[in-house]
Amino acid sequence: MWRWFHRLGSPRWFYQTSGRWLPWLAVLTLALLVIGTLWGLAFAPEDARQGNSFRIIYIHVPVSFLALAGYYVMAVAGAVNLIWRIKLADMVMTAAAPLGAALTFLALFTGAIWGKPTWGTYWVWDARITSMLVLLFLYLGVVVLRNSFSGRDTAGKACAILALVGTVNIPIIYKSVDWWFTLHQPATIKLSGAPSMHPDMFKPLLVMILAYYCFYALVLILNTRTEILHRERRTAWVNDLAVSELAVTELTSNEQ
Amino acid sequence: MTEALRTPASQQAVQERLPPELLPPGEGFVGILKRDLLLAFRHRGELANPLIFFIMVTALIPIAVGPQKALLSQLAPGMIWVMALLGTLLSSDSLFQSDYADGTLEQLIISPQPLWLLVLAKISAHWLVTGLPITLAAPILGLMLALPEAGYATLVLGLAMGTATFSLFGAIGAALTVALRKGGVLLSLIVMPLYFPVLIFGSAAVQRVVDGGSAGAPLALLGAVFAFALLLSPFATAASLRAGING
Amino acid sequence: MNIQFDGFYFESLAEFFAMGGHATYVWGAYGVALVVMVWLVVRPLLRRASILNELRQNLKKRQHSLYEESR
Repeated sequence: MWRWFHRLGSPRWFYQTSGRWLPWLAVLTLALLVIGTLWGLAFAPEDARQGNSFRIIYIHVPVSFLALAGYYVMAVAGAVNLIWRIKLADMVMTAAAPLGAALTFLALFTGAIWGKPTWGTYWVWDARITSMLVLLFLYLGVVVLRNSFSGRDTAGKACAILALVGTVNIPIIYKSVDWWFTLHQPATIKLSGAPSMHPDMFKPLLVMILAYYCFYALVLILNTRTEILHRERRTAWVNDLAVSELAVTELTSNEQ
Repeated sequence: MTEALRTPASQQAVQERLPPELLPPGEGFVGILKRDLLLAFRHRGELANPLIFFIMVTALIPIAVGPQKALLSQLAPGMIWVMALLGTLLSSDSLFQSDYADGTLEQLIISPQPLWLLVLAKISAHWLVTGLPITLAAPILGLMLALPEAGYATLVLGLAMGTATFSLFGAIGAALTVALRKGGVLLSLIVMPLYFPVLIFGSAAVQRVVDGGSAGAPLALLGAVFAFALLLSPFATAASLRAGING
Repeated sequence: MNIQFDGFYFESLAEFFAMGGHATYVWGAYGVALVVMVWLVVRPLLRRASILNELRQNLKKRQHSLYEESR
């Protein structure tokens, strides 16, 4: 058990193992994304009230899920780094922050586009949208804090603390925003809670949620691997890797 | 000035009596509190900054939106709260700055007294010199912005808890950014999301009373957020200081 | 073109692209999502290539000394 734990913390071991799984994960992600997108765009029936604009749900909802889940991934990685001083956890955290910020942005953006045909306006100060905006701020805080430190260990610890403080505050922020919204809810805009979806609409959504979980894992692993290479670039094994992948890098640098 | 840093009367007395590890934890708290208040008192110009900011910027609002009384009284609760938030936020930046610059912070960290308690003392001092004056000045601004009469007591009570919560959360941000040269803007970004609940409950409380309702629920929620911050912040701030300085 | 898939919701491909008048929104959202997602995947790959490239160049420069170090 402890040997396994120890090995899990080794960046080199992670790099090599994840390298073996990566192609399969990439294929699975792509397949799920293609199936889900086609199903959602072309085969699911349109919504009776919203028409075809409801098809944005197949991006918006999975992305929102992962934007929120990603914050917990980041915070847990930070906590692991703080408690057990596992460097790999800090690399995962470094990888998770910009990814989460991008997904939160995407959730806000698709939500805004969806809002235009549905509510007639791009931006509504709705509870969920406002919470998402706060989440974006929380992510950006971690990203910027990470970049402003010169010492890597200090940056890792500081970001971990910030992420944990954010985590315990997220429920409070969400509840308060919820409360605030019920207080100010304008009469003209009635946001129905999720009405029971028709199975024909719901099945592609499930596929898309699964697809985006795979996508998140894929990008997180890609980012972590790059971070590993960057931090371990003075070690022998990374240098060996650079030599053995000489042909590949030659190819990409020629393309650029 | 450095003289004032080294020999506040209380600290000297403390040092003469016992070695620090034998002192009860309360001594450290009182010592830091007295020292910070004394320092703030000696720099009265800086002391007044957040307050002046609070008053001046609030005075800009009627200039910007027009002097109609109905409009102003509608905006008043929210505006006063936002300005109190900004006033506290601006001053949070300097919470650990001078202590970091002259090495006092390192002394605090290695001292045998529990760091979270010393941090709490610093936060308390910060609130006494920024949050409290803002709270006390708020009714004057309420008058200027035509806040309906019913709102004043709630405004003051809410701001007392709210500015304390701002100071508590601000301390976390200040500790995380203390070693950075351009910490100010970053501090705002880090701390702002944590301020959301306070702003929501605080301004809603005033709004409710003005509208003829009861402010009980939002004030109670505000108190809960304050209690939560009081539990969380000293430890998070102490951890941040350790991480930011040792690392 | 009039391809009929089993269960294809739209009458024709043209209608599919029109999205019942909501084409801008639907295709806009999917387009932005595609751009962001491709960027998310490409960014670490580019960075990886540049790291390895840099290492390779360093290796070329001081091949001998590095050989000693890695011993």
